[in-house]
Amino acid sequence: MTDFTRDKPIYSQLVDRICGDIIKGHLRLGDKLPSVREYAVQSGVNVNTVQRVYKELELMQLTETKRGQGTFITSDEQRLDELRNSMKEQLAESFLASIASFGFTKEEMLQLLQQKE
Amino acid sequence: MLQLSNISFSYINRPVLQNVSCEFTLGKIIGVVGENGTGKSTLLKLITGILRPTKGDITLDGKRVTRTTAANIAFLPDIDLFYEFYTVEQLFRFYETQFADFSYEKASIVGEFLQIERGRKLRQLSKGQRGRVKMAATLGREVPFYVMDEPFAGLDPMVKDSLIKGLIRFTDMETQTIILSTHELYEVEPILDEVLLLQGGRIVAHEQLEVIRDEHNQDAVQWMKALHKERMN
Repeated sequence: MTDFTRDKPIYSQLVDRICGDIIKGHLRLGDKLPSVREYAVQSGVNVNTVQRVYKELELMQLTETKRGQGTFITSDEQRLDELRNSMKEQLAESFLASIASFGFTKEEMLQLLQQKE
Repeated sequence: MLQLSNISFSYINRPVLQNVSCEFTLGKIIGVVGENGTGKSTLLKLITGILRPTKGDITLDGKRVTRTTAANIAFLPDIDLFYEFYTVEQLFRFYETQFADFSYEKASIVGEFLQIERGRKLRQLSKGQRGRVKMAATLGREVPFYVMDEPFAGLDPMVKDSLIKGLIRFTDMETQTIILSTHELYEVEPILDEVLLLQGGRIVAHEQLEVIRDEHNQDAVQWMKALHKERMN
């Protein structure tokens, strides 16, 4: 069973998780996803929630449903690059927003980041 | 669809539920939550036709719910109603004689999934094992509605986890609906579509979980506490 944070709907947390798995390579292009029910049992959520997750992934063009065969991760490499870029973009945006909320500048943070390794 | 219209229920002179109206549609898992003594069990017993409302109507697909129409509803009670001297195997066989919609095969498959020892007598079983047996016997019935009174109460996290998985694995959200009462909202939330909050015998709120998280930016527990506090002031 998996833990969920409070701030976001469960379906979107699962979408994020699958995107993360694709980016990290735990899920490869063309891989078959488990059936809706199987994934629901694995992650301990409602079947309706997983259906929504699969629908969102399809809308994001990250998956393709082949009739009678199931749902597969896209085999389009360009789509994977776009996903990586948009995820980086999102992370950068939220990082900038949080340093701004503390009044830190980008420059001082960059300096720190460089030292960090 | 299961519909409750202006239901009231009293034990002699003690009102338990007042003016309760709500609808349960097919293909949903609904959690009924609220403090102890707020009428959750009574509500579930009314739905299953075990109790009759003092006022108001309960209909299933337009037909009034009585003990006989309640044949379309499988009930998991919060107490053990089983014959202690039965083995699990005998209990499944007994259910087969009592309910035309009971599938011995399905109960056996669920039993296997939940790792139930079928040869043991019910009185020898731990609380966790009994919880599993109740779940398997209930899911063994092929019905449009499952009504479960505290199916996870007092069970350890591992048992809860396996019951929740069994529930997902062996119900069909295209044709079935599950209404369950629970005090373990935090743990049960991931499988719920809707939450019905009862307080003092009335429905305070009936909301979809996605709306709670998306629009109220809360999880179900925060949402419930906020509503509760609001009502106390």
